[in-house]
Amino acid sequence: MDDWRPELSRSAVLRHCPIREAELLIVPERIVVLNDEAAEIVALCDGDRTVAEIVAEFPPEAGADVTEFLEKVRAEGWLR
Amino acid sequence: MNPPWAMLAELTHGCPLRCPYCSNPTELVSRTAELSTAEWQRVFAEAGALGVVHAHLSGGEPLMRRDLPVLVRAAKEAGIFTQLVTSGVGLGGGRVAELAEAGLHSVQLSVQAASAGESDRIAGRRSFAAKERAAAAVTGAGLPLGLNVVLHRHNLDQVEELIELGIAWGAERIELANTQFYGWGLRNRHALLPTRAQLSRAETIVTKFREKTDAELIWVVPDYFDGVPKPCMGGWGAISLTVAPDGRVLPCPAAYDLPLELPNVRDRDLAWIWAHSPAFTAYRGTAWMSEPCRSCPRKELDFGGCRCQTYALTGDAARTDPACRLSPDHHLVTEITGAELPFIYRTVTEEPSGGGRSAP
Repeated sequence: MDDWRPELSRSAVLRHCPIREAELLIVPERIVVLNDEAAEIVALCDGDRTVAEIVAEFPPEAGADVTEFLEKVRAEGWLR
Repeated sequence: MNPPWAMLAELTHGCPLRCPYCSNPTELVSRTAELSTAEWQRVFAEAGALGVVHAHLSGGEPLMRRDLPVLVRAAKEAGIFTQLVTSGVGLGGGRVAELAEAGLHSVQLSVQAASAGESDRIAGRRSFAAKERAAAAVTGAGLPLGLNVVLHRHNLDQVEELIELGIAWGAERIELANTQFYGWGLRNRHALLPTRAQLSRAETIVTKFREKTDAELIWVVPDYFDGVPKPCMGGWGAISLTVAPDGRVLPCPAAYDLPLELPNVRDRDLAWIWAHSPAFTAYRGTAWMSEPCRSCPRKELDFGGCRCQTYALTGDAARTDPACRLSPDHHLVTEITGAELPFIYRTVTEEPSGGGRSAP
């Protein structure tokens, strides 16, 4: 996890939907409507930042949640 | 009413395969009646503006449209995520590269059985080798690959081999879809209907594989056997729309045969069709329901089941889906599947009419 630099997997697209005013994570056969915080986290997954750098963008008390979210999304196959 | 998430674009009904359970209508649209390139470009633009996020570029065989890369690009420019739904016939490395360059996001490949001979027999054409090459071309280009298998009596006993084939070909997702019986599937029902024992064995194998593989396994339920109707399309006119090769727009790809006046993109824009056309409002929501659906606690979960199946079996699309064990028409399904029915015991009437009996 330490040297992981999260980025969207090849099959995933992050997109703003102006009609629904929502951030969408789109993969084959599934569309995930992200809440504001989730969208902020995913937007930072550029393959450049490390997990520690992403976590540092949020208040210290949110750190564990951010890490857990990233692991969850990776387990789904939407981040690599 | 919410905007649609997904669109199934049946770009053509032309197809090199001849599968006996095809989801296309039994009256196929001819090639000459198909929408032009410009018309499809307009449809994708309208779909994107309406809120469509996913488009399944399907057929028939969508590769038979020579303008496919142009259509992929039109969808992408409308902000739509595109998945090609293909038999794989004609999908070589060059074609994959061209489509990926145009912005194609993923590919779903059909396979009819786990062995070449049986797959070719079910497809009605030699095609298995082309499918294997297509899978390699897709994964080689770095595009996500899904495998789709329609299941029935002739391949349910190969579920293990089918999953292993999907894994070997590099599929991230394997859809094991039990045959739905309308259109061509209904016409071939007696040839395709599995046994309960086959289904039970196959489902056990799928469950076992879920722990063994990273590939996502989708099991599309055989509603004839489960006694629970499928929540068709996630509700009528709620999530998705289908555009036919000739521009007709349907709430469901199986709805060609329903007694509905189907709107056409040649006459109206998709926004009006989605919101106001009689075909889309006919069974939207729950107000159209009769009993037992109307008072059922599951009515917002399964929406009374499938309108197309109900119409095909009962002649009235507004009844409860006969696949539901609460339907007064459920016997139409159980008589076919051989579900356990109550015995009708022989009885002697209290007062014999006398006609056929003689005194001892």
